[in-house]
Parts: sequence; structure tokens; C-alpha cells
Amino acid sequence: MTSPIIVVDDVRKRFGETQALDGVSLSVDQGTVLGLLGPNGAGKTTTVRVLATLLKPDSGSASVAGYDVNKQADEVRSVIGLTGQYAAVDEKLTGHENLWMVGRLLGMSKADAHQRAGELLERFSLSDAGDRQVRTYSGGMRRRVDLAVSLVGRPRVLFLDEPTTGLDPASRLELWDIARELVADGTTVLLTTQYLEEADELADRIVVIDRGTVVAEGTADELKDRTRGRVLQVEISDRNRLEEARDVLTRMAPPEGVHVDVATRSVFVPVGTDTALAANAISILSSTGIDIADFTLERPSLDDVFLELTGNSPSPSDDEEVAK
Amino acid sequence: MTDVLAPSAGPTLRRPRGLLAMAHDGWIITWRNLVQLPRTPELVLFTLIQPVMFVLLFNYVFGGSIGQALPKGLSYGQFLIPGIMVQTIVFGTSATAVGLADDLQKGIVDRFRSLPIARSAVLSGRIVADAFRLLMVAVVLVLVGFAVGFRFEGGIALGLLMIVVAVVFGFAMSWVEANIGLRVKDPETANTAGFIWLFPLTFVSSVFVPVYSMPGWLQVVARNNPVTLVANLLRSLSLGETLPGTTWFDQALPVALWCIGIVAVFAPMAVNRYRKV
Repeated sequence: MTSPIIVVDDVRKRFGETQALDGVSLSVDQGTVLGLLGPNGAGKTTTVRVLATLLKPDSGSASVAGYDVNKQADEVRSVIGLTGQYAAVDEKLTGHENLWMVGRLLGMSKADAHQRAGELLERFSLSDAGDRQVRTYSGGMRRRVDLAVSLVGRPRVLFLDEPTTGLDPASRLELWDIARELVADGTTVLLTTQYLEEADELADRIVVIDRGTVVAEGTADELKDRTRGRVLQVEISDRNRLEEARDVLTRMAPPEGVHVDVATRSVFVPVGTDTALAANAISILSSTGIDIADFTLERPSLDDVFLELTGNSPSPSDDEEVAK
Repeated sequence: MTDVLAPSAGPTLRRPRGLLAMAHDGWIITWRNLVQLPRTPELVLFTLIQPVMFVLLFNYVFGGSIGQALPKGLSYGQFLIPGIMVQTIVFGTSATAVGLADDLQKGIVDRFRSLPIARSAVLSGRIVADAFRLLMVAVVLVLVGFAVGFRFEGGIALGLLMIVVAVVFGFAMSWVEANIGLRVKDPETANTAGFIWLFPLTFVSSVFVPVYSMPGWLQVVARNNPVTLVANLLRSLSLGETLPGTTWFDQALPVALWCIGIVAVFAPMAVNRYRKV
């Protein structure tokens, strides 16, 4: 039986003219990953900053591990780790010094802080670079040491704020592996990301946020299903019979949305969640003697979901100006 | 051995509380800032070059003419070094604004603010580390001064006290600069905003020239400038004698009040601002 470890209830935050958060509510169960998705300026980072006690909300309440982010900020800080866009490491300190310093600030003895720094460097394959200044690190190494620093105090809740923005594919996969291992060990993760693929890969549940409010939530599959559902693509061998194929398929339910793409000699049929309908369509086409070259039943990507929910494509830019 | 990545079952670390936490956390941030110093050789170099340059320029370029206006028996080198010390230290405090703005911009302050540590630690750690840097500058300045004829006429104890007073004034002024660093958008702006107002502050004073050589209306400003009061006290400490018609108490009291006053106003302001960044 799991219970929510992060609870956000009707949180509002205004920066001047911008209503950054307009009544955000969400909850995250212990030991799970919540993906927070939204276009730039939607309020993702503002939400994380409120939860990490970096920003006081104008109204509403939020708690982490049962501690109120306003009234028990220090207790919240003692159970969280923050990494990504905003919480940086010190470039002029070595990797080891960064880890040691945070250990000391968390109340470890000098020896314990050294030991913890050493084991984290080893776990993150940074042992060889541990005594070099962070400014000499590659992008992937920086992100790893940044994550390592946020794990010094063994946080129960980890905020990953766009953790792989700007990383090469190999480093990204590596970071995903670490995130999965953390969750397997019982850490709760709140992930904000620009990459829908990342949310799809890591998140147990996804909350889509736009203009400071939650517009949808569910598992990746639920979100995909609840929008357009699946689309059947049928490729016809004979280009001249495309129109005929469309007429056949249009006579089946549902009639809207059936369309033809001449370039790929394909007919697209939205079938929703009804896979039987797709099978039916194929057999009807076959029985009319139209030769089918290929067919696929595709789920919409999260990108499609995103577009439909927010009317916005996710942008690759990583700044969320209102949070600054 | 437990898993490296496993979360803790509960809050296991015991952290110091109250004043002890402020000292503990402030000291670790001080350590962090001091470790960076030798790794930023350009900052150290320019902080040291500037006073050396000023001493040499003023001593050899202006020394001849300004020396005429000085009381008999006082060499320009002896007059200049305490003044340059205040000026250098006051200029040196602008690095506090730049350092804080830099930490803010790079997100390091957010890292510290997400940790359960004393709210004052980032500021006190910065300012204490900067005081160490100012101390280093003051010592170098005295050494350069020895080369151009400056001496601790009143003995080594008063000479050391002179350095201490200069650094304490620098510590107080750093709190003003901290407010600038926390209120600007980036280190570049902090560099300009933290520096520009220090020119009139240090030049309209007795740092380079005797106040009585200025126009009457400016003398009023210069005489009441804390920089003048500090420069005069440092001069007296280096000579081992007070200004004519005054006592040590007369000279030290306004300096002490200024230092206390500046900290009392600007430190709470900075901490308050820090909570909101």
C-alpha cells in the first residue's frame, strides 16, 4: 500500500503580471516517479521551486514527507535532493570537495563526509576525476556530479529538473539507469522534462501542466488512449485503388478522420481504443480484393498528446523565464 | 554495507542548531570561498596589483606637489599608505557583490538554499572569506609601503591595530556590497554597480590629499565621510600620535560607530533580501 509523499493543493504564485501557478494540485505516491510535463512557462520549474522551499507560494499548500513547505522548511530540506537546471555545483571546487562540502553542511563528520564523497564518486564512475576541478568536466560528468551532490544526504524525495537537457544520448541513458536504480531502492522522484520520451521511459504517472494549471494526468498509456487513441495506417499496393479503399473504410465506424495520403499510398483510420475495429477493417479491405502492401497500428506519441492538450509543441529551449 | 543510492529511512543526521549552526555552516562556506582564491589567480593578482600601482603612481607622480601641502615633517609616503589602505580595502569590498551575484546566477545559492543549513551561512561565509582576502591585501600594501618610506612610527602593535581597523571597516562595507550583489541580475552588473560609487566615496576624503586643500563646500562632505575618519585613524595609528587637539577616543569612537551602524543597517537588509531571492 503506497501513500502520497508529495502533496500539492491549489498552489498559486504570481510574478508581477504573470500568473505562474494558477491553482496547481497534484500528488506523488512514495517510491514512484512523477513526470511533470508542460511547455515553457507552464509552471513546471515554479512548482519544483515551491516544493524545494526555494519559493513561497502566494496561496495553497504543499507538503513533502508530511512536512509543510512553508512552516517546516528545514524538515523538508532534510529529506529532499534537488538537481538539474537550478541547483548547481561549484566549478572551482573538485568533484570530491563539492560532495564533501555538502556532507559537512548536512552535519557529517569530516571522515564520514570523505567516505560518502568517495563512494558516490565511485558509483558515478567519477573516481578518476574526483580530484579535478568541476570546470574541467564534460557535460555528462557535470550532470553526474550534480546528481551525486544531491544524493549525499540520502534524500527520500528527489527533484530532477530537466536532468538530461543538453546531454548526449549515451549520457542520457546512463542518467536514466541511475534514476531507475534510485527508484528501485525506494526514492520518490519528481521529474520535469522537455523530452516526452524521457517521461515515457521513466515516469509511472505523468501530469501535464499548462499556463499554471494541471490539464491532464495519468499513466503514459492512459494519456495516449484518452486523446485520439490509435491510428490504423493501411498501405495499398495499387495507387489507383486508394480512393476505393477510403470509401470502403469510411463506411465503417467511425466515419470522421479517415484520410488518404497519396505519397505513402496510405489510408489512415482512427480506431480509438477499439483494436477489433482495426482487425475488422483489414479483413473487409481484403475481401474487396484490394491488395494491402502493409499496415500498422500506431499509438499516438506523447508529442501528439502534448500538442492536443496544450495546443503547443514542446520546445527544445530550456528556459522558463517566469521562474527567474 | 548499505547501498550507495538507498534513501535514508528517516532524518538520521544530527545537525547543530542555533548560533552553533550559523558558525558551523558559515565556516564551511568560508572554507569553500577561500579554497577558490588560489584557483582564481586573476582575482588575487588584480586585487594586489591595484594598490601597488596606486602607491607607485601617487608617490612618484603626485607626491612632489601634494607633499608641499602636508604638515612639515610628514613624508608623502607616510601620508599616502594609510589612505591607500582604506581606498584599496573599500574597492576590494566590491568583490563581495560580484561573488554573490555570480553564485546566484550559477545556481549555487539555490543549492545551498535547498539544504537544511543556516540562512545566514552563504552571506557570512562570503564576507568572512572576503575579510581574509582584504587582510592579505592590507599586508601586501604595508610591505610595498616599506619600500617607499612608510614606517610604523608608533611601533608594531599600533601598526597591527591599523591593519585590523582597516579590515574591520572593510568587513562592514562588505555588507553594503552584499546588498548590491543580491539585487542585481548578473555579476557584470554587480561589478559596475558595486564599484562606481566607491570612487566619489574614497576620493572625496583625506585619502589622497589633505581635506583643507579642497573647496570649502567639499570640505564639509569630506570631513564627515567615514572614509576620512578611518584614513585619519589609520594615519594616527601608523604615526603613533593622534591628530592635533584630539584623543584616541575622539578618533576611534566615530569609526567604531560607523562600522557598527553600517553592519546594523545593511546586514539584516542583506539577510532579508537573501531569503527572498
